Amino acid sequence: MKFLLQLSAVTKSFGAVRALKGVSFDLQAGEVHALLGENGAGKSTLIKVITGAHQPDGGSIAINGERVTHLTPASAHKLGIACIYQQPALFPDLTVAENIGLRLESAGAFHRVNWAARTKRALELLQRIGADISPDAEVRSLSMPEQQLVEIACAIGAGARIVIMDEPTASLTQKEQHLLFAVVKDLRANGVGVIYISHRLEEIFALADRVTVLRDGESIGTHRVEEMNEALLIKLMVGREVAAIYPPSESTPGNVVLSLKNLSCAAGGVNQVNLEVRAGEIVGLAGLVGAGRTELARTLFGITPADFGEIYLSGQCVRISSPAEAVAHGIAYVPEDRRRHGVILEMPIAHNMTMAIHQRIFPGAWLRFGAEKTLALDYIRDLAIKAYGPGAPGGSLSGGNQQKVSLARWLATKPKLLILDEPTQGVDVGAKSEIHKIIRRLAKEGLAVLMISSDLPEVLGMSDRIAVMREGTIVSELPGKSDAHEVMAAALGQTEAAK
Amino acid sequence: MKRYFREISVAGALVVLLLALAIFAPAFYQPQPLISLLTREAPTLVVACGMALVIISRQIDISVGSQFAVCSVSGGLLAAQGWPLPLACLASIVVGGLMGAFNGWLIAGLRLPSIVVTLATMVTWREALRWLRQGQFVNLPDGTQWFGLSQSAGQWTLIVAALIILIALAFSMKHLAAGRFVYAVGTDAEAARLAGIRPQLTTFAVFVFMGALVGLAAMMNVVQSPQVDPKSGFGLELKVIAAVVVGGVAISGGRGKLWGVFAGLLLLACISPALTHLHIEAYWEKAIQGAIILLAVVADGLRTRKQTN
Repeated sequence: MKFLLQLSAVTKSFGAVRALKGVSFDLQAGEVHALLGENGAGKSTLIKVITGAHQPDGGSIAINGERVTHLTPASAHKLGIACIYQQPALFPDLTVAENIGLRLESAGAFHRVNWAARTKRALELLQRIGADISPDAEVRSLSMPEQQLVEIACAIGAGARIVIMDEPTASLTQKEQHLLFAVVKDLRANGVGVIYISHRLEEIFALADRVTVLRDGESIGTHRVEEMNEALLIKLMVGREVAAIYPPSESTPGNVVLSLKNLSCAAGGVNQVNLEVRAGEIVGLAGLVGAGRTELARTLFGITPADFGEIYLSGQCVRISSPAEAVAHGIAYVPEDRRRHGVILEMPIAHNMTMAIHQRIFPGAWLRFGAEKTLALDYIRDLAIKAYGPGAPGGSLSGGNQQKVSLARWLATKPKLLILDEPTQGVDVGAKSEIHKIIRRLAKEGLAVLMISSDLPEVLGMSDRIAVMREGTIVSELPGKSDAHEVMAAALGQTEAAK
Repeated sequence: MKRYFREISVAGALVVLLLALAIFAPAFYQPQPLISLLTREAPTLVVACGMALVIISRQIDISVGSQFAVCSVSGGLLAAQGWPLPLACLASIVVGGLMGAFNGWLIAGLRLPSIVVTLATMVTWREALRWLRQGQFVNLPDGTQWFGLSQSAGQWTLIVAALIILIALAFSMKHLAAGRFVYAVGTDAEAARLAGIRPQLTTFAVFVFMGALVGLAAMMNVVQSPQVDPKSGFGLELKVIAAVVVGGVAISGGRGKLWGVFAGLLLLACISPALTHLHIEAYWEKAIQGAIILLAVVADGLRTRKQTN
């Protein structure tokens, strides 16, 4: 048996986060090896180690039986490793032939281009994978699956022996999927090894020979697909018990604060969402990356306004077409990417905290530094923010404390509904449990909380009710203390298998 | 201290230059030439204040020189028609504000890049004026120059007016919510929008304000001579952008203080007379100004690199 790729005990850490804790993985010639795991299980990190984008901290990599050290993207390319991402990395303003030429022609900067040969080769490669695409078409004019086919053509042209596909079917129609599957099977027949990542279990059963499940940066095991079924796979993915570290729910849900009726936003990919959130209730929004959870939050907050459906706040139908209007209606949104949008790093934390309440705290146009400082000191004490004072720039704080500043900005608006998007992402364990306690307390004080989280234990541990999203809509509503399997099954679209 | 390193170093450089002049060329400190220098720079300072706001909000306006010419000629023509000077000034401010609003509408409303928009309006206003006026000067009626005051009283009026605008703006940027909006939008427009600030409105307002300041500055220049030159303000945009950048405003937006801009402008303006007094050939003026601008940009570059590392 010939191994194209062997990883053994590969480790990789980012700061304090151990993304890979000794993962072993192998790939044979002429097989499709599926890689499965929930959000944050370490799939992307593993792929980046294989493509040379990340250097592993420990462990070894062997390609074609030879040990490789210091793999870089360039040397990985030379060794025949190609990766096809969900979002193809092509140049939109160049033609297909030019894109393929850029990848495959290794001539110097002043080499004269042989256009006839370039176009001919592009055409041959595209025909080999059965793609009906003109080499002269601008990539901009191609659909997403057509662009993926161009990527595959590049990979074949480069003589790739190891092809990695990261959720290639996420944006494909049924027909396009079949075309892609045919290409993958053709690659396999030609002795290429394919690493196939997908959240769609049915694809794994249709396509893969073996499957490896990752969980929390560890390999849970590699199995032949014939030996598995969907329920078993879901169980492997979820595995762990929900730790009892989450503070217990103390609030009793009151009146309905937010009610959504068929809320849709075509641009944001939100489709016919129906949801209710009550005062004092924490509703967890679960789902896989790309399921439309952040998009729903952005629609609610008026960033990408709804184009269909109704939003009721405390029983009143409202239209929200900008964040300013959302704030006026008592909605607060603590965004996902706090370093980009949550906290302005150059500004003192006091300024950050009053950012959304200028009209209220500063009636008239004049800033009142005294009032601002008092408010900042209150929140610093209340949320136990570790900073040397209200004048400390946002950038000088740790991730958890920045998140608290972001939270303080929105609590200062005295909202009725608080939307939290990944409130503890990239936050250390101590700060995480502090933030959980704060969220609990806010719910107890009567705030309606909608919490988006990709951290399944967090959703299960914190939510009074769980809404599971898939493909832009809510596919299932479950009670707070649900089983992790059920949530994962719903997120994967396998409600039958879990039963 | 560390936070204002850029501003302090510009002020420091200015002090060093002034001290060197005091030692090697005390003749520089004759009152009359100095007052003339400050008077000449007073309109530039007003435009530079506006430009500082524009650059802090992460935009640029290279049409200010052309706006300046249009405002000068319109204000001058109205004064020549017999309008009282304060009314002519007001009209010039309105004309400037309208031109700023046009830029602002294209940039904030249609979200076009400010460098291209203002490049287009720069050429358009300048050429339209040339076509309309055929290069004719406007003769101003008696009693317009120096507001009908004595030369020295007129000069002091202009200097004090420019300083008042500088101080009022510096104060507003710190103490008005609007000032903080400008900084917030310049640092991270998306973050500001998520916080309920309206970045597009802020940007629009900044451009209108820029235009109005140009209108005022134009009249501050018009009253200094008996005629209005239709080519006035040529190259003004480069002069004020240089002063703003030297004064420590980050070209990437979100950072900068108006008093730094004041120091930057004085530093650049003093070079030419300093060279004369130090008996260095005047050819060096542009080279030295260029070197100072480069130094400022390099300092900013190093600063941001240190931050990102």
